Amino acid sequence: MSLDLILQAIVTGILLGGVYSLICVGLTLTFGVMRIINFAHGEFLMIAMYGTYFFSQTFKLEPYAAVIVTLPGLFVLGVLIFHTLIRPILGAEPLNQMLLLVGVSLVLQNGALALFSPDTRSVQSALLYSKIELGEVIISMPRLIAFAVSIAITLALYWQLRFTELGRRIRAAASDRETAALMGINVNRVNLIAFGIGVGCLGIAGPIMMPVYYIVPNIGTFFILIAFVVVVLGGIGNFMGALLASFIVAIAESLGALFMPGSTAPVLPFLLFVLVLLLKPEGLFAGRPQ
Amino acid sequence: MSVRALLTALVAGVVLLGLPRFLGEHHMHVIIQILLFAYLSLCWNILGGFAGQLSFGHALFMAAGAYTSTLLLLHAGISPWIGMIAGGVIAAALGLFIGYLSFRYGIKGTYFALVTLAFTEIARIVALNTPAIGGALGLYIPIQTDDFWHLKFIQKSHYYYVALAFLLVALAVNAWLERSAFGHRLVAIRENEDAAQALGINLLRYKLQATALSAFLTALGGTLFAHYVTFIDPHTLLNMNMALELTIYAIIGGVGTLWGPVLGALFLVPLAEGVRAAFGQSYAGIHLVIYGAVLIGVILFAPDGFIGVLRSIRELRPRRAPAAQSSEARS
Repeated sequence: MSLDLILQAIVTGILLGGVYSLICVGLTLTFGVMRIINFAHGEFLMIAMYGTYFFSQTFKLEPYAAVIVTLPGLFVLGVLIFHTLIRPILGAEPLNQMLLLVGVSLVLQNGALALFSPDTRSVQSALLYSKIELGEVIISMPRLIAFAVSIAITLALYWQLRFTELGRRIRAAASDRETAALMGINVNRVNLIAFGIGVGCLGIAGPIMMPVYYIVPNIGTFFILIAFVVVVLGGIGNFMGALLASFIVAIAESLGALFMPGSTAPVLPFLLFVLVLLLKPEGLFAGRPQ
Repeated sequence: MSVRALLTALVAGVVLLGLPRFLGEHHMHVIIQILLFAYLSLCWNILGGFAGQLSFGHALFMAAGAYTSTLLLLHAGISPWIGMIAGGVIAAALGLFIGYLSFRYGIKGTYFALVTLAFTEIARIVALNTPAIGGALGLYIPIQTDDFWHLKFIQKSHYYYVALAFLLVALAVNAWLERSAFGHRLVAIRENEDAAQALGINLLRYKLQATALSAFLTALGGTLFAHYVTFIDPHTLLNMNMALELTIYAIIGGVGTLWGPVLGALFLVPLAEGVRAAFGQSYAGIHLVIYGAVLIGVILFAPDGFIGVLRSIRELRPRRAPAAQSSEARS
């Protein structure tokens, strides 16, 4: 095994980790604020990717341009789903809340299967084959763009959560719903916005991932499982934790592809997940146990 | 048992035993599926319903039963009746392993659901990459002769009787849980773990026993499923949709009740068949759209499932006699 291959795997892992982080901060945000596991998160990503595909097919534009449609589209979709389905069950049992989103996931995924067929689809982009070569290590341009945009958005969200009034409100509602309400925070509105942002992130993820991935209706299943792993590793609701865990999972995955037989590498994130749940269920980066 | 209950059981028995005489092959196929999924759902109900530990791992237990018995049959000629017991033991061992690792640290609720899902996913990837158990191609069970010992029947009606017997066993186990001290302890754990522990109930022990029992019985259903469809592969058995499907019947019918899982399968399976027939092969997952929509509707409007709806209808009706109270225990 040459060093170059290992280096290449690590670089690929880091680039992939950036994309995972964008997907996962949305999930961790909704969980942190509402204590709801958004099982349909992967399906929202799938919708953003199909949106990107059809946008670039119809208008013959770069897939990146689709963000002007997918970002507002996904935000509105998130708000609508929250308004019609999630708000009525905010006080219900956590398991029922999750099962509701399991239902949403089944409808969206299999609806897409019926509408779009199981065929794989991919988009054309002028940047598809451009790359940067650093010695033996190759960095593909679409992956680099996906990485850079994801990290920028993740950090912007983190900044917003930390230092703006809206961020303070979201954090307040996350740490104690009732006290926040007593302090005059419209918790309902905060929940709505947090869910909208969480799903809206995917409206950016869709266009930047489309040049790298091909799309099938059940692509959400793959990403939701990865996202669960990342969110739990990072400590549920922990923003920076999710960012770091994204890189750990992605690098483990791409290194695993190098060392593990056949196509068994995808097992690694799940083994990691199981290990963490067993040894440190509060997450890798949690300061104190729950 | 009252006279009325006895009569009901008698009529139901005659109808169920005579059913194959009046139905064609296709209807038989639907009914066998109802029985099979009602059975699997009742098995899930032991852990997910009575003990309140929502599992997405039952696809794994089902696959353990299907794969073990099929491999034993193919390589050693061992009867699936013995193979299913072996599969059950393996499933129970897997359940104990997953359960011990989880429950030991108090992993429960949504976390437990995710852990079981992670194990199912691990099993899917491993199965896909293990040529010795068929890999991605799966395993075919050769159809030879009409042979009870090899769980091979030419007529669908024979599978019907076997599935019916399975269902009765699962119903008996669930009915026993409703009455026995063991079942009551599981319910106590579900309702309030801290209170149950304070009463001296060993949480770990009872949760593990429920997991093992649930996994064992689910694996038997997996064997029957494998021999009925005569083909198994990781795509059908270990995919996330199967994992979710096995939980949905009980949730829709009424979690933790005796008849809820049966009602769920009785409602959803024919619906799925009807939708499939209406839309044809081109819309592969269309029945799962319906499952998802029904699941959303139930969680929003009837969180206790169909059983809960039936109960509230009964409560709305004026009581005729005090005797009506005792019927509560039976439902």
